[in-house]
Amino acid sequence: MEVKQGLYYSKEHEWVRVEGDQAYIGITDYAQDSLGSIVYVELPQEGKAISRDDVLGVVESVKAASDIFSPISGKVVEANEALLDSPELLNGNPYDNYIVVLSIDNQDELKELLSPEQYDEYTKGE
Amino acid sequence: MVKRTPLYSLQKELGAKFTSFGGWELPVLYTDILKEHNAVRSNAGLFDVSHMGEILISGEDAVPFVNKIITNDVSAIPQNKILYSPMCYEDGTVVDDILIYKFSEGKLLLIVNAGNIEKDEAWINKHITGNVKVENISDRFVLFALQGPKSEEILKDILDEEIELPSFYWFIETKILGMKVLLSRTGYTGEDGFEIYLYLPNSCADYEKLWNGILDAGKDSGLVPAGLGARDTLRLEAALPLYGHELSDSILPIEARLRSFVKLDKKEDFVGKTALNNQLEQGLKRKLYGFEMTDRAIPRNGYDVTKDGKRIGYVTSGGLLPTLGKNGGLLLSEDLTLENDDVVEIIVRQRACKAKIVPLPFYKKKYKK
Repeated sequence: MEVKQGLYYSKEHEWVRVEGDQAYIGITDYAQDSLGSIVYVELPQEGKAISRDDVLGVVESVKAASDIFSPISGKVVEANEALLDSPELLNGNPYDNYIVVLSIDNQDELKELLSPEQYDEYTKGE
Repeated sequence: MVKRTPLYSLQKELGAKFTSFGGWELPVLYTDILKEHNAVRSNAGLFDVSHMGEILISGEDAVPFVNKIITNDVSAIPQNKILYSPMCYEDGTVVDDILIYKFSEGKLLLIVNAGNIEKDEAWINKHITGNVKVENISDRFVLFALQGPKSEEILKDILDEEIELPSFYWFIETKILGMKVLLSRTGYTGEDGFEIYLYLPNSCADYEKLWNGILDAGKDSGLVPAGLGARDTLRLEAALPLYGHELSDSILPIEARLRSFVKLDKKEDFVGKTALNNQLEQGLKRKLYGFEMTDRAIPRNGYDVTKDGKRIGYVTSGGLLPTLGKNGGLLLSEDLTLENDDVVEIIVRQRACKAKIVPLPFYKKKYKK
């Protein structure tokens, strides 16, 4: 399972890429592999205010629907609408296909996320 | 204690991912649910369904006894024929839905759902009458399902004897790769196919030999190992009921489109007859319908269903219907007036998503009669 450098990770298997005061958020390779074929993605409205641990969206595989919990707080700047017609992009390339971009409310929340090394260790224990 | 089939190690080597189902740890997929689904529709798939239960009923009163606990009529079928039937409680709700293999008037083999084995065994024992013996022999079988349009040609390759293969819902005893098996033309996918019961005692090496032998024989026909994930999408497209979803201890078989499997006029009185008869006379309270989503959303088991904003029922099974390229499922409705193309709403995460009522099955069976 690939864990990419330069990203933050959550225990809920999301990655966060910070660019200035914005955060790109997606699901990890581990997450897409556990879910299997992703057939549907539900995205939040642009402009919506999200608190940490709120449901950011939903990813559905053939078997089940899984909530994506936001790893940080912020406002939705953009949702990746390409995923609506091509949800399988999350299987093919989970780190290049973000789900949303949030404007970061509180940079301190990032410190509570896992480093690539910590996340790698964490998934090996699951 | 989670149970595993003897093929667990082999499946793990094949890259299977496992899920728990009816007290078992079983492969949900080997590579990809959709690929496995499509393989079964266009070529063939091999499922390990050893988790299914087997209860043997023997003795001179086997037929009248079984007829007392099932809604269908096993006295009406010949030897080597198979019968599908609900088995009901007094109130007409369902203990289990089972297959009955008729070896003779004095020997019937009941195939029951994995999660219901102990419950069924206790229920059957509670109703014993006459000269019968009830044996739970679930641990003595390994069961593979070879399903798909190419099943017959694959199977013909590995049969030891030149025999005529059974027709739909018939079985024979024969030998495959030197092993004695029970072979029936049955399945749970809406495709032509076979179920192969390997009698014990055999060693783990024998199971693997049979499994690998079938896979080898189907190598050039596009046969793949398939898991429970594909089994579920396949049976849903064929609108075959799954216990715990379309049937349960709170649903009547006559509500679940199984009226033709309830023989009210058979000779024996049977458990649940009065309740089912009364309900038919009073009129049904609920009915199972098929639906397809017209809005973008995936319906799941348990979601509420409304019509013009008023709740009429819930989704019993739902999801992607891969062969149709649509989302849909089955719903149990208290509104009995629904017709094809009627618009209903499926409540997906507090959002009312539009769906329309469609005829069943979603996918037309291609059984070989």
